Amino acid sequence: MAFNESIRNKYEAELEAIRSAGLFKQERYIHSPQFSEIEVEFPVGAAIRKCINVCSNNYLGLSSHPEVIAAAHAGLDRRGYGMSSVRFICGTQDIHRELENRLTEFLGTEDTLLFPSCMDANGGFFEACLNDQDVMIADRLVHASIVDGMRLCKAMQDTYKHSDMNHLEEKLQEHQDKRVRMIITDGVFSMDGDLAKLAEIVSLAEKYNAMVFVDDSHASGFIGRTGRGTHEHCGVFGKIDVITTTLGKALGGASGGCVSGRKELVEMCRQRARPYLFSNAVAPVIVAGALKVLDLISTSTDRRDKLEWNAKYWRGQLKDAGFDLKEGDSPIVPVMLYDAKLAQDFATDLFHEGVYAVGFFFPVVPKGQARIRTQLSAAHDKRHLDVALTAFKRAGEKHGILGLGKKELMAKVLV
Amino acid sequence: MDDITKAIHDYVVREYLEEGDTRDITEVTPLITGGIVDSFSMVSLKRFLEKKYSIRIPDEDASPDAFDTLQSIAALVRRFQQQSQKVGA
Repeated sequence: MAFNESIRNKYEAELEAIRSAGLFKQERYIHSPQFSEIEVEFPVGAAIRKCINVCSNNYLGLSSHPEVIAAAHAGLDRRGYGMSSVRFICGTQDIHRELENRLTEFLGTEDTLLFPSCMDANGGFFEACLNDQDVMIADRLVHASIVDGMRLCKAMQDTYKHSDMNHLEEKLQEHQDKRVRMIITDGVFSMDGDLAKLAEIVSLAEKYNAMVFVDDSHASGFIGRTGRGTHEHCGVFGKIDVITTTLGKALGGASGGCVSGRKELVEMCRQRARPYLFSNAVAPVIVAGALKVLDLISTSTDRRDKLEWNAKYWRGQLKDAGFDLKEGDSPIVPVMLYDAKLAQDFATDLFHEGVYAVGFFFPVVPKGQARIRTQLSAAHDKRHLDVALTAFKRAGEKHGILGLGKKELMAKVLV
Repeated sequence: MDDITKAIHDYVVREYLEEGDTRDITEVTPLITGGIVDSFSMVSLKRFLEKKYSIRIPDEDASPDAFDTLQSIAALVRRFQQQSQKVGA
């Protein structure tokens, strides 16, 4: 079928509907490496502006670290640019297996399998490991990639209210007739920044004979005393059956993800997970960079310690300034604005003050829950945070929202 | 509210409202477009209806429109109850 005028008009109308609903997403071009300060062209064609970045997943500041870059260069020289193959044909190098072993050790699991991304790990895991005799019981705020992965799997789907352990227990009781019960949660919830109650989840899993799956993408490398993740923070290291995580955030920020956990489950993924079987091996340059990242974070906790300090300082300062924040213990600090238009206007005001942040609104977060999601990095110095704080205060004063609690703020903006 | 609507109401309140959420769910409160139930968590509501009323709701009939209010859900239940009675007869 030709892409004729009628088809073109149909798509143009759909895109217009997205624009009219205020949901149209636009890329902003960055003319510098990823870091605490970046050079941004926005809108397209505008003069490049230097900004403090408070919305990247570069939690440990390793995305442009000189030692990581040098290791990636060396990997490029020694193992080439690409594999031109999936893993099981001729796409597995010694360094792929070395990285898998290093991740296994770091995460405290039995085995690990690399995927092109954590999106792919979550997309492939459930179908590979569960069938129609099983049930998947997920927290309602899990990442979209988990929702997609569950939809591809024939096992029964169920959900529990966000972090509600009584509701989870009811669901576990209800599904005692199933062959396998799998509890599914994010370690750190990406939109709210709160941590899963993993100690209670593991305890319920033991009581009701269930397995536990955790996506620790927003935790690996910095949550927990030595940065191993939410399971370390919650005192259940070694007790999680499946951890999926990404190399695309704190662990260098390039791309790639993994399934790590019980060796039989990992082997099932190696045999059956479609994103692993049908997409290229992670490029050698990324593997080499990730190995250096693991060297750096395994020998020192300085970066995660600095990140923790930054997050506490930032949260405290915003709170003192009178912003309404989502509570949490992670470097994700959502500044609640509730209204989608206000969130977009607020982000624009920040940009004019030299601070790069993005408004999040429906469908990324529920209706009436719009916010600016700020994310801290070990690459931030106190100076960056103080400058960003001044910008936030100015924008907050402009919109008359400082000092308003949740109810007053909602009453003011959701009219 | 009739018996079917009341049973669905009670399930929705128990299954979807957070503790302390005192929102009044009426027969016409938008559940999906109002953000109370989403497509991910809707599966348990469908399963509840099928079990309680001994009906089978095909996936194509479990649309966001059909599940958007207590009224529309109750209508869906009645339709499939009648169909299963016809099949039984």
